[in-house]
Amino acid sequence: MLGYTLKRLGLAVVIVSLAMAILFVMIYLIPGDPAAVALGPRATEAMRESLRVKMGLDQPVWVQFWNFFTRAWTGDLGNEVLSDRPVAQVVMEQLPHTLALIAGGMVWSVALGIPLGCWAAVKRGSWADRVVGIVSVAVIAVPSFVVAIYALLIFAVTLRWLPAIGAGDAGDLGDRLTHLILPSLAVGLGWVGYIARMVRASMLEVLEAQHIRTARAFGLPETMITYRYALTIAILPTVTLLGVGIGQMLSSAVFAEIVFARPGVGKLVYDAILTRNYPLVTGAVLVTTVLFVLINLLADLLIGALDPRVRSRF
Amino acid sequence: MSAAVSDAWRPVRRLLAEPLGALGIALVLLVIGGAVLADWLSVYEPSRISPRDRFQGPSWTHLLGTDQLGRDLFSRVLHGGRIALSVALFSTAASLAIGVVLGLIAGYGPRWLDNLMLLLFDSIKSFPTVMLALALVTLFGPSLTAVVVVVVLVNVPGYARIIRTQTLALKESEFVTAAQSMGAGTARVLRVHIMPNVIGPLLILASMDIPVVIAIEAGMSFLGLGVRPPTPSWGAILNDGFTAIRDTPWIVIAGGLPIILTTLGFTFLGETLRDVFDPRLKGRG
Repeated sequence: MLGYTLKRLGLAVVIVSLAMAILFVMIYLIPGDPAAVALGPRATEAMRESLRVKMGLDQPVWVQFWNFFTRAWTGDLGNEVLSDRPVAQVVMEQLPHTLALIAGGMVWSVALGIPLGCWAAVKRGSWADRVVGIVSVAVIAVPSFVVAIYALLIFAVTLRWLPAIGAGDAGDLGDRLTHLILPSLAVGLGWVGYIARMVRASMLEVLEAQHIRTARAFGLPETMITYRYALTIAILPTVTLLGVGIGQMLSSAVFAEIVFARPGVGKLVYDAILTRNYPLVTGAVLVTTVLFVLINLLADLLIGALDPRVRSRF
Repeated sequence: MSAAVSDAWRPVRRLLAEPLGALGIALVLLVIGGAVLADWLSVYEPSRISPRDRFQGPSWTHLLGTDQLGRDLFSRVLHGGRIALSVALFSTAASLAIGVVLGLIAGYGPRWLDNLMLLLFDSIKSFPTVMLALALVTLFGPSLTAVVVVVVLVNVPGYARIIRTQTLALKESEFVTAAQSMGAGTARVLRVHIMPNVIGPLLILASMDIPVVIAIEAGMSFLGLGVRPPTPSWGAILNDGFTAIRDTPWIVIAGGLPIILTTLGFTFLGETLRDVFDPRLKGRG
């Protein structure tokens, strides 16, 4: 297990380094002078020159790269253009909103996906099973941003049941939660399908197991067998699936934040692109990439701990 | 002769026998038909601006209504299908071609090259898709090219990995050794002996990725980072309608419905294709 953990950790470090290198190359390739973009058209040449020196743009490429690289590893992502605040700080302010959104998406997907999958497995071969199967495929297929827009249209604009924009008042937990319902539904709906399928498949396997047959032979009530003895085991593979899920929900969260005008890292990057605030774009992309790599790392380590076969594959 | 004909139709009949497969085929045909016949079916020019007709609700003159510039949404939806399908087709074909070549190189080439390429694939996969797209748009500017590059980058690692794994397995097999011992060069072994054996599952996976590609194009165009106006795209229609969602909801309905129908159609078709022809692919990783 130690060897596997070290190898997996090494891979994560290499991937993050590569991501940094790619991002540096991208900033470098963007046409135009970053100092001129930052200062706007009315700046004098002397002002631009001093900012160039301050940003280190007068140095050779490889020195620039090394500085970017070493600073990024220590968490220094430079300052953003508009307010001159540290990029890391700006991103960290927005991150909790995105994490809350993803957590909400997971609540939706687990709360709907597990019962649906369980129900389909118990009613195997019935019309209920078929309907759950089709619904699972359908919610996986439809893009999350379309779900977000339609949810906004139906529940916020037409029915007026839930608020349409923003994240709610900072001090008011109830207000925060009601603002979270629709965006997190958009983020989590696709995963309802994945989880329902996964739980169904693993339930079908578990229901054939010896201990379930023994429980039946002892005459235990069927509901107790299903929920207490079968489902508790059948849920396990889903835990590993959630690692991948969080990563993908990160992508959906970007759209949900833009559609519902919520604060968050996705909205931050989007606005930064529109205002050409490039240090903020690269910083925020880097932070989310690191987050994504970390989540996948944790999920892989968890799978490795649960399933020795995965370790040997490395 | 008749035996050959019925042979050719057997896969199609097997697909149609599955209700989901039949529904998938029907939806896909509907979308393709709409896109191919777009010029013939639409009464209005998709990009013709007509300020007098702006923000009109659905009616017999404008089946899906009009947008903020008075453009007929039904025509725009039909022509948007052309963009969606051609982007899907072109970028999937490009990803397949690149993925197959890279996968064959990784699987058949020296060990160090294999490891290096795997590392590269894993790194690309480690970017969240949307972040990758946003970063690339920063570089290229909003355009169809950016969309295609994003799709290729997202798809290639997965395709190359599958081809690599299968090539590794086949590399040691007897018929490949036999071909090599009879003097077949690397190119010939790869083309004649390995390619035909690894391509089948890949095509099914690619067909299941088409809805994802369509979602990427629509999503980027919705953010204003894909297709440039006035080119009609489903995502662009959603973008147009989104700002006016409270007063003129039919614009986002017109933009979203084709996306839903298309992704559902291709997904149903792809799932059935996989179940019928290659059940082993279930739960691919």
